[in-house]
Amino acid sequence: MDTALNSPAGRIGSDPVPICGFDHLIPGRGAAALLPDGTQIAVFRLHDDSLFALSNRDPFTGAQVMSRGIVGDRGGEPTVASPLLKQVFSLESGRCLDDEDTVLEVFAVEVRDGQVRVGADLRAAVLCRPPPCRHRRKRK
Amino acid sequence: MSDKRLVVVGDGMVGRRFLEAITERDPSWAVTVLAEEPRPAYDRVRLSAFFDGVGAEGLSLASDLPGVDLRLGEPATALDRAARTVRTASGSHPYDKLVLATGSAAFVPPIEGADLDGVFVYRTIEDLEAIKARAEGRRHGVVVGGGLLGLEAAGALRLLGLETQIVEFAPWLMARQLDEAGGGVLKQHIEKLGIGVACSTGGTRIEEVDGRLRMETDREGLAYETDLIVFAAGVRPRDGLARESGLEIGERGGILTDRSCLTSDPDVYAIGEVAAMEGTCYGLVAPGYAMAEVAADRLAGGEATFPGADLSTKLKLLGVDVAQFGAADGPLATTYLDPAEGVYAKLVLSDDAQTLLGGMLVGNAEPYPLLRAGVGGPVPAALADLLSSGEAETGLPDTAQVCSCNAVTKAEIMGAVREGCADVAALKDCTRAGTGCGSCVPMLKQLLAEGGVEVSTSVCEHFTQSRAELFDIVKVTGITTFSELIARHGTGAGCDLCKPAVASILASLGGGHILDGEQAALQDTNDHFLANLQRNGTYSVVPRIPGGEITPEKLIVIGEVARDFGLYTKITGGQRIDMFGARVEDLPKIWRRLVDAGFESGHAYGKSLRTVKSCVGTDWCRYGVQDSVKMAIDLELRYRGLRSPHKLKSAVSGCARECAEARGKDFGVIGTENGWNLYVGGNGGFTPRHADLLLADVDSETLVRTIDRFLMFYIATADRLQRTSKWVESLEGGIDYLREVLVEDRLGICAELDARMAAHVERYADEWKGVLDDPEKLQRFVSFVNAPDTPDPSIEFETVRGQRFPAGTAGRPQAGPVLLGTPERKR
Repeated sequence: MDTALNSPAGRIGSDPVPICGFDHLIPGRGAAALLPDGTQIAVFRLHDDSLFALSNRDPFTGAQVMSRGIVGDRGGEPTVASPLLKQVFSLESGRCLDDEDTVLEVFAVEVRDGQVRVGADLRAAVLCRPPPCRHRRKRK
Repeated sequence: MSDKRLVVVGDGMVGRRFLEAITERDPSWAVTVLAEEPRPAYDRVRLSAFFDGVGAEGLSLASDLPGVDLRLGEPATALDRAARTVRTASGSHPYDKLVLATGSAAFVPPIEGADLDGVFVYRTIEDLEAIKARAEGRRHGVVVGGGLLGLEAAGALRLLGLETQIVEFAPWLMARQLDEAGGGVLKQHIEKLGIGVACSTGGTRIEEVDGRLRMETDREGLAYETDLIVFAAGVRPRDGLARESGLEIGERGGILTDRSCLTSDPDVYAIGEVAAMEGTCYGLVAPGYAMAEVAADRLAGGEATFPGADLSTKLKLLGVDVAQFGAADGPLATTYLDPAEGVYAKLVLSDDAQTLLGGMLVGNAEPYPLLRAGVGGPVPAALADLLSSGEAETGLPDTAQVCSCNAVTKAEIMGAVREGCADVAALKDCTRAGTGCGSCVPMLKQLLAEGGVEVSTSVCEHFTQSRAELFDIVKVTGITTFSELIARHGTGAGCDLCKPAVASILASLGGGHILDGEQAALQDTNDHFLANLQRNGTYSVVPRIPGGEITPEKLIVIGEVARDFGLYTKITGGQRIDMFGARVEDLPKIWRRLVDAGFESGHAYGKSLRTVKSCVGTDWCRYGVQDSVKMAIDLELRYRGLRSPHKLKSAVSGCARECAEARGKDFGVIGTENGWNLYVGGNGGFTPRHADLLLADVDSETLVRTIDRFLMFYIATADRLQRTSKWVESLEGGIDYLREVLVEDRLGICAELDARMAAHVERYADEWKGVLDDPEKLQRFVSFVNAPDTPDPSIEFETVRGQRFPAGTAGRPQAGPVLLGTPERKR
């Protein structure tokens, strides 16, 4: 499977970082990865083999744990719930669906030659222009 | 000390209700209570439950009454109204106001031999204890009386294992409440239980023959050879004290009062069964409660008057529902009789057939709340429809009294619903409706629905079903994966609510290791790493220490592991040791050492059995009467690894001192002289609740079997994240219903519950050993997928009090409001 997936800016960038073999990821779960600059990201493989990458840092507590959250969907939008205090975030936009002022950084991610690669240099662009959220619902 | 002296004679159900009311409304009275019985007030209405595993403690109505001088076992012997004093054997008690609540005594017909050994009445716990002692090793009993009390007594003898015969003077059973057809259907039910019924028959003479008893009757040639005889043929008001002091007495006995409960002496009130309210004595508790409230109100300066008695009753006698409401007879009646099902119903109507005046139900009392509240209004629906569904729009007028115990009308309940009461518990709090006999609770639910309150039980947006329904689906279809379940019975991809709930159901029904295959992706992080996530992203580790008992060698291993991996250690509230600060990648190494030393997972991370605490029990303690440590270990090993809707905690105390705090647990066991008491539905935490007594004085085998069933019934029927305390409260019929299901097998499911627990015990395997033996599962325990052995550089520690703590602010909630857990979603 050699396709660019879920690249927020439409491209992976010039210097993608290989993370692990795609088969190494468990469908429906996340894994943490350490980028060369010390940034931690959370990579999620869903049951339909789509891939998403977000910051691993839970913005509500500061702990590097987002990769250990449970993935799912809310109104069709793919999500991950923080394993600490259970706030739900969009995997596509990084927006917190339970607190509209909070956003997780989103990273471009692709599979090439069976390897998962993350586009580290697109972070700034993503932060400036988060893609619109398809659904914004608050938990009652 | 107040100078207003109030003396109350009698601490029965009505006396107790009065004390609660007066201490709440006017605490300025100095109250003295003179009570004949040696124990505080208990629930006489449910007396036969004494033999049903409830015991004296379960019947107790004892409550905290600040400032009340309660003198148990000190009966009043004389009343001197001129001196305004009540005398007892040990002294005299002056009063400014006096309340007589002496109740009534069992009526024993004046026949020869009624005072022989082996002849009893059915009134107090002492009577029951004496009956029980006499029944030991004997086989036959006769109950004289086929009314409410007689049937209760017959039920009690049957529970004692006696062949039982009812002898009733009237031509049919419950002649005061039922007509001949109703009495006939009831007789059919009773005889089916193996109890003999002889109506139109009276005892004439009792004699002792060879250590047994022989009762002759007024029917030619009919006599009973028996081991014991119980008179339960009505009661008489205990008005002796009043008679001797010259108070005015009603025509048919009882202390005459007006509607303010005042007797012929302006300083003396009479309430309950001893009072002849405008000449009529009432033998039911609801009118007695009403009198208690009236008298308390008067003494607090109010002007309440007795509102009139609702003599409606609904009872379960020997497993048969019997109810009577309003008038039992009238100008027009419509009846329904199904002899095959044993159901009889009758509605009494006004002569234009437009107004419901009353009626009776035998064999099926489901429509009772609706019909009783509808008395005086239009007929709510066709009788057959009412009996088939028990539902239908209530169509009640606003003035209809929904809760007769506490006199709450429909209008008050609908008002509370509009003000935001969204469930039965809130209505109970707010209006007191449903807190008495509980028979109106189904009606409260209907009124909530009428008020537009929709209580959704769906698990989340992906499943419209409740957790209990999903449990049944999984059980019946044999579905073993979340993806198949959501594809066939849900929508979307799931979420953090439904995935762990389904994972728990799959595990409860025997889904293998929780990290096998697709199940791994469903688990909450705690279950996924078999450890408890802490706020800085590290985990804590808790090995199982069954019953809190541990050898020095094992303690040393825990100490060494904690030292070698730099873990903070703390003794938990559950009598074990928690080790904090473990990194993901260290978990398998830590557990290798623990498993090699003989430890296994403590499931501190799971919605499953945590611990069974114990006190030191008979082995060491001077007071212990049962071996609590052994029992706690047995229970913990039996239920370890059992996945449930929420965590489960337990404790075993070896005696009534209750050092293990068992009544604060989901299931708690307390040793007694004769065996064990089992309590269920206790909780500490956010909303503390004392557990309810489910069984008293049972042997170990019965105890364990009942806990097996309790847990499996809870697992099958509770909502997601519903602790046993809320679950028990949510059961219609509460603890009594639970006892019927778990002990009497009312739903016929006990064999299945037993089999499921046997399967659990059979298939238990240590989850951590399962991980250590499986290289694929071990692979997941890495810090980073691209740098498996690099510790998370963001985790830092600092040393405080000689141990390691998370450094800095990592994981501490940051400024501003944060979500603490997940609020219940209502849709």
